[in-house]
Amino acid sequence: MDRHVSLAVIGAGPAGLAAAVSAHEAGIENIVIYERDEKLGGILNQCIHNGFGLHTFKEELTGPEYATRFIDKVRELGIRCETESMVVSISPQREITVVSKRYGLRVVSADAIVLAMGCRERPRGALNIPGMRPQGIYTAGAAQKLVNCEGYVPGKEVVILGSGDIGLIMARRMTLEGAHVKVVAELMPYSGGLKRNIVQCLDDYDIPLKLSHTVVDIKGKRKLEGVTIAEVGPDGAPVPGTEEYYECDTLLLSCGLIPENELSLTAGIGINRITNGPFVDDRLETDVPGIFACGNVLHVHDLVDYVSEEAGRAGRHAADYILSGGAKKNPPNIVKVTPGQGIRYTVPVTIDLGNIEEDVHVRFRVGAVYKKVTIKLMCGDKELTSKRRTIVVPSEMEDVILRKSILEEVDGDIRVEMTGGGL
Amino acid sequence: MIRELTCIGCPMGCSLTVEVEDGKAVSVTGNTCGIGKRYAEQEIQAPTRMVTTTVLSDNGRPVPVKTMRPVPKEKIFEVVNEIKSRHATLPVSIGDILIDDAAGTGVPVIITGDADR
Ligand SMILES: Cc1cc2nc3c(=O)[nH]c(=O)nc-3n(C[C@H](O)[C@H](O)[C@H](O)COP(=O)(O)OP(=O)(O)OC[C@H]3O[C@@H](n4cnc5c(N)ncnc54)[C@H](O)[C@@H]3O)c2cc1C
Ligand code: SF4
Repeated sequence: MDRHVSLAVIGAGPAGLAAAVSAHEAGIENIVIYERDEKLGGILNQCIHNGFGLHTFKEELTGPEYATRFIDKVRELGIRCETESMVVSISPQREITVVSKRYGLRVVSADAIVLAMGCRERPRGALNIPGMRPQGIYTAGAAQKLVNCEGYVPGKEVVILGSGDIGLIMARRMTLEGAHVKVVAELMPYSGGLKRNIVQCLDDYDIPLKLSHTVVDIKGKRKLEGVTIAEVGPDGAPVPGTEEYYECDTLLLSCGLIPENELSLTAGIGINRITNGPFVDDRLETDVPGIFACGNVLHVHDLVDYVSEEAGRAGRHAADYILSGGAKKNPPNIVKVTPGQGIRYTVPVTIDLGNIEEDVHVRFRVGAVYKKVTIKLMCGDKELTSKRRTIVVPSEMEDVILRKSILEEVDGDIRVEMTGGGL
Repeated sequence: MIRELTCIGCPMGCSLTVEVEDGKAVSVTGNTCGIGKRYAEQEIQAPTRMVTTTVLSDNGRPVPVKTMRPVPKEKIFEVVNEIKSRHATLPVSIGDILIDDAAGTGVPVIITGDADR
């Protein structure tokens, strides 16, 4: 063993930074954050638009400004950050293998680990678009990095597939850089992005959004020449006769994010097939003791504020784990949390009722757009808490708080139920 | 004149129909709550937007910037073009002023990311 640390944090995006800060505040000193990039801040470095931090700082910051607040805090506390250091494997005994420019290959043992590796974009290969494989096709995030961090604008005539927020933001960004964004096509009958982004990134620049449309053909041998877009019917198949050809040199894909969990698999951590993130309990601990997860590696978040908040909790629980040597105060009393109709998943999947120390956040996403619904957390026939929502959409994460005082009265499994909205 | 808008107040995204006279909203329909009405009035009378973009630094790499406050919507391209005509001299820190008055809007443009090399 080359080295020992109390807490190893993997990834220096908003999740890793906030987890390290809160663990330090909870009394852990020997913390190291490992980051494969040369800079701290994660994906926020390329998100130069504003809209971050409204909940946390009561002002709208850009991505780099938001990241800097946490980076400054990490520096102020003297938390060690090793950049250009990529973690390549983790053992169930919490030994991590790190490859870095400076130190080469090392094995570091840790009392606890926080996974904060974020997510990546769904690449074209995972999308099954027919047609050729020419140059000029990028994920929206890759284009965002090229434009905002490298100063290189990848094309002039642009078509965007997928109306996720990154795609919408890039429609505006490319327009401001002088490109012509011809259309945004979205497979679903609703947009995957925020209304605000549709208005301020598309409508403001007269960029059409075609819902229930997809790319059915890609033309161009070496370089992209154009794409054919068609309407899709309720069965998901293209409707013959609706094809339209768009000449373009760039196709951006904004078709969803996938948590980056190759590393979690090396530690034998159980992964939820729906979120593609680890199964965690109310302490955000995975099924491998002492390994915690937060941020986009756990489940894809739409708001960075929720990432930071969740990571703060993960850091605190990791600190608890280290300080107690992994011992629980009381005998465990573990109950399940399960999603009801219309709800895709829950984070966490279990709650240890025997050891509740704080309020528990139950987070989830719905499977479709529902209007006028009531969300209830139930234990048998008993309603623990409920919340009314005028609308719930798949692109926004929902968050219901179970108060500690309520949890003290719970004696069985918890179900998240949604009623109304045509369910 | 009738204008169609989409409220950005919440994910409902109500379709608003606004009757406009002399550049002012005289009636708003389609909104579910008061936020929609206020949004429509503001959008008709004086729509404003924050502008975020990048400026090239002397080493040729982009540095992120933003307008300190929202600027009139119709000035977005003028503001972007003025920013494009500038250079940031390194090092720069968050909050540094790049332009005092962007395209005559009276709004400064500031640096939003630290860069030293
Ligand atoms: C392209 C893109 C654009 C986005 N734009 C927005 C937006 O505009 N607004 C918004 O609210 N949210 C946006 N998001 C969501 C955004 O990811 C979250 O808000 C937030 O940044 C997630 O924080 P995180 O710390 O979990 O992940 P990240 O910010 O992704 O940070 C993860 C970090 O872990 C590092 N890492 C990964 N694997 C390893 C390893 N093996 N070893 C060492 N380091 C590793 C990565 O290099 C990265 O720095 C975007 C996401 C993506 C992918
Ligand atoms: S009018 Fe009210 S309910 Fe409708 S989108 Fe605006 S804020 Fe939401």
